[in-house]
Amino acid sequence: MRKTPSDSAYLSGIIGGLPFLLVLLPFGLLFGVLGTQAGMPLSQVIGFSFLVIAGSAQFTALQLMTENAPVLVVLASALAVNLRMAMYSASITLHLGAAPLWQRALLSYVLVDQTYAMAIQTYEAQPERSVRWKVVYFFGLATPICPLWYGATYAGAVLGTTIPREFALDFAVPITFLALVAPALRTLAHIAAAMTSVIMAVLLNWMPYNLWLMVAGITAMIVGAEVERRVSLAKANLT
Amino acid sequence: MNAYSETMVWLIIAALGCGTYLVRLSFLGILGNRDLPEWVLRHLRYTPVAILPALITPLVLWPQATGGALDAPRLSAAIVALSVGIWRKNAIAAVFAGMATLYGVGYVFG
Repeated sequence: MRKTPSDSAYLSGIIGGLPFLLVLLPFGLLFGVLGTQAGMPLSQVIGFSFLVIAGSAQFTALQLMTENAPVLVVLASALAVNLRMAMYSASITLHLGAAPLWQRALLSYVLVDQTYAMAIQTYEAQPERSVRWKVVYFFGLATPICPLWYGATYAGAVLGTTIPREFALDFAVPITFLALVAPALRTLAHIAAAMTSVIMAVLLNWMPYNLWLMVAGITAMIVGAEVERRVSLAKANLT
Repeated sequence: MNAYSETMVWLIIAALGCGTYLVRLSFLGILGNRDLPEWVLRHLRYTPVAILPALITPLVLWPQATGGALDAPRLSAAIVALSVGIWRKNAIAAVFAGMATLYGVGYVFG
């Protein structure tokens, strides 16, 4: 069997994962810095990145914990942010569902935004690849991505103890979230969901225990889904 | 943060880790190759844009660091981060623009 570079699934994966390092490094550092400044010991900051490996959810939990929100609110909000991964899990099963269970169990641990986005793009472009190739490719993607997330968090946590509080880092979390949400506002339904979310947050701010967050989130999700449904109905009627 | 004991923080981390893992494992490991109903998919698509803006809103409008008063550096930083994010479709560029505005306006007003 002749081997060309593109046949090495693992190497292609590693190469595919490299560009994401630029995105992950600053966010990992930031989580480390903010976690430390919020008063968590190094072990817990790293524990977050190692066990949860999901930036948005980690920042959500951290923000709510600095507000001393009830534990259930912290958990429900951060997990709700991660519900999108059920969608990733469902769509990647088309390609990886035939792999042995132990492989799927490991793949699930490294199923993050970046590995998913890259893998699904490759699988759809090269559907003829074997399941084995696809599995190895996925682990290739995770090879630079996941360790970098732990490493950046560690570096940030160490750095965090040396950064003076005057740097107004309390506002780094809102800016990070705005930066993550803004590029996602690509359809009318996404914009409607985000606007609903903001308006509900203002209107319901009187609710105790950060409960407004759950109510605003659920309402906005329903509004987004409903706008999408009506837009596609309207499009169907036009044709 | 001081409302939780160290053990409680570990429990939160462990619960989030398990919960997130189960969400990731859901179809790939347990439910297998079956289609999610269209209406479920439609709602899942909006989870991040539904929750994150609500989480940010009070932080922008009533920042704790200023005792809850609207403040020029933070408000302008938020507007710049959002605009750059929408315009460039690039999260990193938005973070840098936002933080630069925060320090820039903070320096001018401070």
